[in-house]
Amino acid sequence: MKMTAAQAMAQCLNAEGIKVVFGYPGAAICPFYDALLDTDIRHILVRHEANGGHEASGYARISGKPAVCIATSGPGAVNLITAIATAYADSVPLICITGQVNRDQIGSDAFQEADITGSAEPFVKHSYLVSEPQDIPRIFKEAFYIAGTGRPGPVLIDVPMDVQREMIDFKYPTAVDIRGYKPTVKGNPWQVKRVYKALAEAKKPLICLGGGVFAGGAVREVRQLARTMQIPVITTMMGISAFPSDDPLFYGMIGMHGVMSANRAVQDCDTLFLIGARVGDRAVRTPLALEKTTKIIHIDIDPAEIGKNINVDYPLVGDSKLVLRQLLEMAEPCRHDDWLGQLSALRTEKTFADVPEGTVNPKLFIDRLSKAMPDGSVICADVGQNQIWTCTDYCFSDGDRLVTSGGMGTMGYSLPAAIGAKLADPKRTVCAICGDGSIQMSMMELATAVQHSVDIKLVIMTNTRLGMVRELQTKGYNDRQTAVFLDGSPDFIKLADAYGIPAVRVTDEASMEEAITRLSNDKGLLVAEVIVDKDFATL
Amino acid sequence: MKHTISVLVENHSGVLSRISGLFSRRGFNIESLAVGPTHDPAVSRVTIIADGNDYTVEQIEKQLNKLIEVIKVKTFAQGECMARELLLVKIAAGADKRQDIMTICEITNAKVIDLTLTTMTLEVCDKYEHLKRFEELIAPYGIIEMVRTGTIAIQKGAEVIAAKK
Repeated sequence: MKMTAAQAMAQCLNAEGIKVVFGYPGAAICPFYDALLDTDIRHILVRHEANGGHEASGYARISGKPAVCIATSGPGAVNLITAIATAYADSVPLICITGQVNRDQIGSDAFQEADITGSAEPFVKHSYLVSEPQDIPRIFKEAFYIAGTGRPGPVLIDVPMDVQREMIDFKYPTAVDIRGYKPTVKGNPWQVKRVYKALAEAKKPLICLGGGVFAGGAVREVRQLARTMQIPVITTMMGISAFPSDDPLFYGMIGMHGVMSANRAVQDCDTLFLIGARVGDRAVRTPLALEKTTKIIHIDIDPAEIGKNINVDYPLVGDSKLVLRQLLEMAEPCRHDDWLGQLSALRTEKTFADVPEGTVNPKLFIDRLSKAMPDGSVICADVGQNQIWTCTDYCFSDGDRLVTSGGMGTMGYSLPAAIGAKLADPKRTVCAICGDGSIQMSMMELATAVQHSVDIKLVIMTNTRLGMVRELQTKGYNDRQTAVFLDGSPDFIKLADAYGIPAVRVTDEASMEEAITRLSNDKGLLVAEVIVDKDFATL
Repeated sequence: MKHTISVLVENHSGVLSRISGLFSRRGFNIESLAVGPTHDPAVSRVTIIADGNDYTVEQIEKQLNKLIEVIKVKTFAQGECMARELLLVKIAAGADKRQDIMTICEITNAKVIDLTLTTMTLEVCDKYEHLKRFEELIAPYGIIEMVRTGTIAIQKGAEVIAAKK
């Protein structure tokens, strides 16, 4: 069928089942925007391209499929880079479509020209600069395939304006064939047997879940394996909510901001079974010491992650879900009563410190919020103290989901990610939790939420500080505090009001109860500002 | 330790920049890099000489394999390949030195490819170690310009590194 390349781009999205896209127009992407008008694809007008990328990221994480964000050439494209890097670090499948100046202008420093494929190269799984209009259908087919298979990640498609305008013969390919890209999904059966044997023979086995459990859709299989073989479970930050927080087998998040029981479990286990966890420096600070004393089993779909940060005794390349199913076929019930007894002795009852008048304990707030929120809620934590409080004190029930920027640690991620998550699954309650620092990196997205009636809840933890950096200065720089004071911040209740969003301020027990009831029950947008003492510690 | 890595890649623009970018951002040390077409017009072959221990080489291979346009990566074991590089050198040499230099060329299999009243330009194609010795022999005569390619290498015997279709 004859059509313009821009129309073909829209048809490609249709063919991939895309219902929602996030973007910000500009001259170089106008032909594509014009073509989008003739489809049923819903366009969400963002207020900054980076946030558009984060919104697509939230959407992709909840839908489990590649999501689309769009920007124009030059500054629009360059603004996307933070979102691309954030998605890359957390293996989130994105299709980033950018406009580019006309082909004959490329390299001439034309108005709004930026080499986006070049500048985004370190953060993309793959990228295309389209020079032949007729290549559009193949490139889109490949891009969706590459983004969503193997280890997921962002794929960038840069399309010059004159390419978008040319007529092409459109036919969407049914298959892709990229000879340099054939991800291994099924585990080598011989190696699966060895892994099972190591696991079955372990006296003190421990499962550590990373983000790869979500990427592989292996949440159910993980639970089945852990319960059948009675193996305790811990997670990295990216793996939180892959296992219910209140499960007797669960011992929390590891790492420098993790909980004691999880970190001790890692030290004391004899066999550590890593599933889709890349042993990042924040999760395991001393991999060299660990690999000496512990047998390491590592499942990952990306062969490059195995043996990168820690030496592995049993490497196993494959998709977490398929490999776990292979293991489940041979799994026999086991008991590890002594080991589990040893670990449960490490569990400590949560206690919440008293806080100064006019403030609330943020950890208590998060604990109570988690008990009130409906089943299947999505919690988007930002970056900073609020992230650690959410990770350690939110009790994720079966079906709940945490979405956070774990690898890149991108401030401002939570609000746009929440908007994307809600649009991906409107039935779920979605709540972003951020600080008064991080909200100011993306608060313009409140307009996006209002304009498109996206019913999310937003919790702002106000301590008038960049709390985590402040703490770092206190501990590591002789308490020489600098550039961490957020004076000049707006009154967030008035700010919400300016957007027409109802808001509550939490300063005591009574207002905490009211806010939590409303956050978990109200329909429509709601902002809750939680006043936190400026010296309240991260851990 | 030096390693010779052969990489088959799709003959697309931008592939070389992806490879060189990968080396710099992952902190891999590259000694030389040579790229050119193969008998299959869709495939180019890159030969990389990299410095590092076994861990580094394994990482280089794995990271290269993650690039979508990389079709095949092979690190040659010691003595498994034949390697060559080309050196062109211009020497300030008048008539009085010519005969000496010609003798060196004869022994080292170098060729004189250009001659002026005051200079000689020589070409030699050989293993890295031989080129190094040649350079030492010729240096006393006064090198005024020198250029060399990166190493290219091919497997000994009947085995080949081929792209799967």
